Amino acid sequence: MTAEEFEIKADHQLWRDLGMDVERFEKMRLTLGEVYRNTFLSQKNRPAAMDYFDRLVADMHNGRIKEMLAAKAQGRPVIGTFCVYVPEEVVIALDGICVGLCAGSPASIADAEKVLPRNICPMVKSAYGFKAANICPYYQAVDLVYGETTCDAKKKTWELLDKLVPTHVMEIPQMKRQRDFAMWLAEVEDFTARLEEMAGRKVTAASLAAAIDTVNSKRLALQRLDRLRCHPLLPVSGRDVLLVEQCSFYDEPVRFAAQVNVLCDELEQRIAAGIGLAATNPVRIMVSGTPMALPNWKLHNIIESSGAVVVHEESCIGSRYYRDIIENNHTDLPAQLAALTRRYMRINCSCFTPNDERLEQVTAEYAQQQAQGVIDYTLQFCHTYNIEAARLAQTCAAQNIPFMALESDYSPEDIGQLRTRVEAFIEQIAD
Amino acid sequence: MDVGIDIGSRTIKVVALQDGEIVHQQVVAGSYNPAAQARELLRSLAPRRLVKTGYGRHLEVEGAAVVVRAITEIKAHAIGARYHYPAAATILDVGGQDSKVISLNAAGGVASFHMNDKCAAGTGRFLEMMAVSLGCELDDFATLAAGGGADLTINSMCAVFAESEVVSLKHAGHSAADIAAAVHRAVAARLVAMLRRGHGGEPLVFTGGVARNHFMLHCLQQEMGGQLLVPPHPDTTGALGAALYAARLSTGA
Repeated sequence: MTAEEFEIKADHQLWRDLGMDVERFEKMRLTLGEVYRNTFLSQKNRPAAMDYFDRLVADMHNGRIKEMLAAKAQGRPVIGTFCVYVPEEVVIALDGICVGLCAGSPASIADAEKVLPRNICPMVKSAYGFKAANICPYYQAVDLVYGETTCDAKKKTWELLDKLVPTHVMEIPQMKRQRDFAMWLAEVEDFTARLEEMAGRKVTAASLAAAIDTVNSKRLALQRLDRLRCHPLLPVSGRDVLLVEQCSFYDEPVRFAAQVNVLCDELEQRIAAGIGLAATNPVRIMVSGTPMALPNWKLHNIIESSGAVVVHEESCIGSRYYRDIIENNHTDLPAQLAALTRRYMRINCSCFTPNDERLEQVTAEYAQQQAQGVIDYTLQFCHTYNIEAARLAQTCAAQNIPFMALESDYSPEDIGQLRTRVEAFIEQIAD
Repeated sequence: MDVGIDIGSRTIKVVALQDGEIVHQQVVAGSYNPAAQARELLRSLAPRRLVKTGYGRHLEVEGAAVVVRAITEIKAHAIGARYHYPAAATILDVGGQDSKVISLNAAGGVASFHMNDKCAAGTGRFLEMMAVSLGCELDDFATLAAGGGADLTINSMCAVFAESEVVSLKHAGHSAADIAAAVHRAVAARLVAMLRRGHGGEPLVFTGGVARNHFMLHCLQQEMGGQLLVPPHPDTTGALGAALYAARLSTGA
């Protein structure tokens, strides 16, 4: 899609019906469209298959919302989420919809700060603000928000959010021992029971097996994309892959996986034809750390306008979401739920202690993606990732991996300073 | 002529080289329109090779230069410091908006760097604000502080809070000299903490506009218990590095 053609579609009637602040959301729609054009559509020689994702973004406050409302009308559960510790397979087994909610924009922070303290993570503030100000159609369209206890800011914010929209909180343990597994499994069972009650039906072994297959296929498609993007020719930009990863949280999973595979097919053709970004000899950067929720493209934008290409995201919106799939050879529900829980327990979030597996994961993915440096990204006030950056720095230093840690929020005011750090890091690698 | 221009947050610095010799250097206070100012500074120099650095390195100021590049101030300071001190291993650069510690490898390349967080503490701007609040010209601030005692401390390193702390110290009857000395020691302590994180060994070179402040140098040497080398014109180290880098570039001729 060209920049001239692109527009985030509006449906004021739909938004009004959802109880939104239409006037404000209209302004946000125009701003988002402008940022999208500058970030994505200004790129030259993009893969044609990115067109699907451009259209998805253009339609994200419209078509996808209507799909969710249609599902709701049929009594299918529609769940909003903020994390990767969400057993979405269970939602899909009940023919429901799981969507990541809005949490990546500075536009809703001031709304949140009317209630929440200023010095907490911007993602939590943005998430709360979108609901408090009624400026996210996804929030308006969900039956239930799924919250978890991965950090203090989240778990206490859910208490406030629950007053605005029903919020189910699942406790995520902080260690990975057998007793933690048992507790987590019980939480998954509770969540399943709550969903079953909403849907008025039961999850069956057959429906869960089909749902596991659906989500596995989505994760496998993203794994394939991750392998192709890092080919020496660099057939696609890091920004485009980040966008696809962000879309993985709100598109319909079967359609999404098919489109990711279409993109992958094209990337294979580009590689065969020798097409890619490698001609300009960019530095290959891997990003690790905290998630970049849509529309947070700040760091990728800076990196990719400074003579580098991002070849991997070790992040919730990234490999923490798609690295592991669920073994799908069980035929009874208890064994399936246990397999599902085991898979989720393999995710290496910094909320766990110890979390040595994450250090191993970063260095393994660094080697696998043939990166030349790691930029660790911490959202401001995300203490667990911020502290873990010190261990990651030591691990990288021991293996002679160039490493830099950055801390930032959603505001544009530190772009100049971030750019200096990123450019200096790239110079350091390139020299 | 090969020219390096360092478009900083508070000042713009220019260094021109002819056959590898410094033939011109200039420092001017930045205005609201740094691009126009930089263009004006460059006009009479008519650089053939131009390298831009500093906060405004991506501004279009090149005019008719044949070869133009932008490098970060980190790289520019590394090159500039090595010109004066070929064995330099660590650089402490304290400028108007930020301060950084750069450690160099044996070849003079950047091995690692640390920068202050996005606030004014530990920067030239902080000293400037404190000087203003004590009614002192920035150029006289070091001399004022040197006459102060060693007992007073400033606890807050946030520029905004430190300003109110200075106000209360004034009202408590402390002398401007004592307060100025405390401000310097507080900044030095902050810089030393950064240095301890990113130290790449001796020799240690102190660059940037704040390196002209002799009392800051004194405080840092006292805290570090060692010598800091200050180049002849510490504030133009970045522009010099940029000019030296320009001189290495091929003109394609």
